[in-house]
Amino acid sequence: MSLAQNRKIAMQPRILMCPPDYYGIEYEINPWMNRLIGTDPLESTRQWRALHATLVELGVEVSLVDPIKGLPDLVFTANAGLIYGSIFIPSRFRHGVRRGEEPYYSSWAATHGFDVVTLPEPHYFEGAGDALFCGETLFAGYRFRSEVGGHQWIGARLGVEVLPMELVDARYYHLDTCFCPLAPGVAIYFSGAFDTYGQSVLASNIEHLIEVSAEEAVSFSCNAVVVGSTVILNDGSPELAHKLRSIGFVVKPLRLTEFIKAGGSAKCLTLRLDGEDAAGWHATTLNQGIAST
Amino acid sequence: MSIDLNTPTTATPVATPIDSGVIEEVEVRGHIVDSLLLPKILDRILQMGGSFEIRECTIGSRRVDPSYARVAIKAKTPELLDAILGDLVEHGATPINPSDAVVVSADMAGAFPDNFYSTTNQHTQVRIVGRWVEVADQEMDCGIVIDHEHKTARCVAMLDVRPGLPMVVGYAGVRVIPAERPRGASPFSFMNSAVSSEKPKAVSLRAVADSIRTARSNGQKVLLVGGPAIVHTGSAQHVASLIRGGWIQTLFAGNALATHDLEQSIYGTSLGINMQHGESVDHGHEHHLRTINTIRRLGSIKNAIDSGLVTSGIMFEAYRKNVDIVLAGSIRDDGPLPEVITDMLVAQAKMREAVKGVGFALMIATMLHSVATGNLLPAWVKVVCVDINPSTLTKLSDRGSFQTISLVTDVEPFLRSLAAELVGSI
Repeated sequence: MSLAQNRKIAMQPRILMCPPDYYGIEYEINPWMNRLIGTDPLESTRQWRALHATLVELGVEVSLVDPIKGLPDLVFTANAGLIYGSIFIPSRFRHGVRRGEEPYYSSWAATHGFDVVTLPEPHYFEGAGDALFCGETLFAGYRFRSEVGGHQWIGARLGVEVLPMELVDARYYHLDTCFCPLAPGVAIYFSGAFDTYGQSVLASNIEHLIEVSAEEAVSFSCNAVVVGSTVILNDGSPELAHKLRSIGFVVKPLRLTEFIKAGGSAKCLTLRLDGEDAAGWHATTLNQGIAST
Repeated sequence: MSIDLNTPTTATPVATPIDSGVIEEVEVRGHIVDSLLLPKILDRILQMGGSFEIRECTIGSRRVDPSYARVAIKAKTPELLDAILGDLVEHGATPINPSDAVVVSADMAGAFPDNFYSTTNQHTQVRIVGRWVEVADQEMDCGIVIDHEHKTARCVAMLDVRPGLPMVVGYAGVRVIPAERPRGASPFSFMNSAVSSEKPKAVSLRAVADSIRTARSNGQKVLLVGGPAIVHTGSAQHVASLIRGGWIQTLFAGNALATHDLEQSIYGTSLGINMQHGESVDHGHEHHLRTINTIRRLGSIKNAIDSGLVTSGIMFEAYRKNVDIVLAGSIRDDGPLPEVITDMLVAQAKMREAVKGVGFALMIATMLHSVATGNLLPAWVKVVCVDINPSTLTKLSDRGSFQTISLVTDVEPFLRSLAAELVGSI
């Protein structure tokens, strides 16, 4: 059985990244971060470049936002905001240390043809880190970073169904650390990051749910980048890799340990600009509103 | 779209009686059904020790349509309510914050300020410093006085207003919670308050008896409001039997019921008619006045009982059982008996005090006392009014005591059957 999409992608996949020039552990806002351990800048750069090269090899057009000194997490572009067609809803970060990123992402989006739609106060919302389309539905995570009220506003603004799910394990503080849509109706997830309500919501709304073990979830297996039928994830998830291959996906494991130190991996380092492959609106007429970079 | 509210929740969105404690309304909107946010919120309320009532719920018809729910949350203490609200905010439930009740100081005694809030007999809440509070001593045609220090509110009658009393004016920050009649399970469910002589009496009677039993088992008092026809029709013994059986705790009547009841005990007549043979007795028309005179000479009904003069009847049993008795006089009274309160305002105040804790009221063959009592009772106290004259029953309902169940029937067979139903079952 193959669940990977064979559809011909109408447009070249486009992803936003930020070079890790100023990446490091300068504060602690999740259980992964430890300033005493820190990061290895050379190794960080090597790992980031490997991811960049893999994406380019897959035919992705990678855009770059300029790194800014003092904003170490700018490298995690998934948290820039949420993209829906030509609309960009910038994040409003829960932690003050990341709020400095907001104007840079908004400015980048505005100058690259997106309509920047600002979430009203006082809601917190951390972009594609906590809001992922699977089919027509926007699955959303709340509690640690984003808020239900923000999700509901976005659902109403975009006219899409949004299903907020509470995240219950602080290690999986963003939805994209424990849930990854692969194609419409297909997703991987780690059940331990959700309560029974969230598990029930996923089971009721996603036809093919692939469970990730606790051992592999902790190495950020769910923080994967999907390009067509290829899944890029952190090295160290042989069981999941096997499951994905058995349903028709090509798996590309990469070593991204330097970024796991900050609580991120492949997915966190990317923002899909033309819609994730799993999004129902991907490659539809909505895309035509996106200006080319 | 799935509208299964039961998976995985254990909560069911049923109406919860609001009686005491603090209440706050929240609203939650969005795809709250498919995301299970609504059942989760309801579960959280129960898990944290609160209760809820869904006041409004609109389910979106298409998958992308948002749904909406307005939920009243009740908790025993403000601290618990705050904890529940704090928790629910995380799940997208936001408090609805209307304004506080507007309060002005009463500017004179015995009258409300202009634009005062005029109460109904239904559950009412006022908002004090951002919090909904139950109004105590609920009574129609009153004002609401606020105690800011203790965050409480209560109904106050016009004549009890004193200068400086903080009174609610206007409609802001006041809300009425309409009474919900229980459906199906209640013995009253088959009846409505339309006055009719063509109701199945045996069924009605069993329903009345069951309601009295329920009130007593809930620790509530049963109030009898009675007119002299009870004695004239030979029903005094049935009422005496009900009192003796412990089924009546409070008695409201006038000079006439007490007088003819005592007349029957002393002379064996009521208005001069022999209660055994139904015939006029010589000089029988004097009996009620001689009864009153004798009791007045003894100083009180109680003295007449203690002296052994009165040995049976409603008043005899009522005093023996320590029933709370309020005898209110009228302009046409003979005597009256010493216990009869002739100052109407004093009588009204005594009755107002005595209806506290009443869970069931039986009003029999007296129009003015019934209307007066109906004015004092909150709408959630069940009232059954029995009269041979339908206009009495209509008057009661027309004056706002809409919760009244009316039975058009002769009182004697009714009371005989009620006594037979209840006495012996205690």
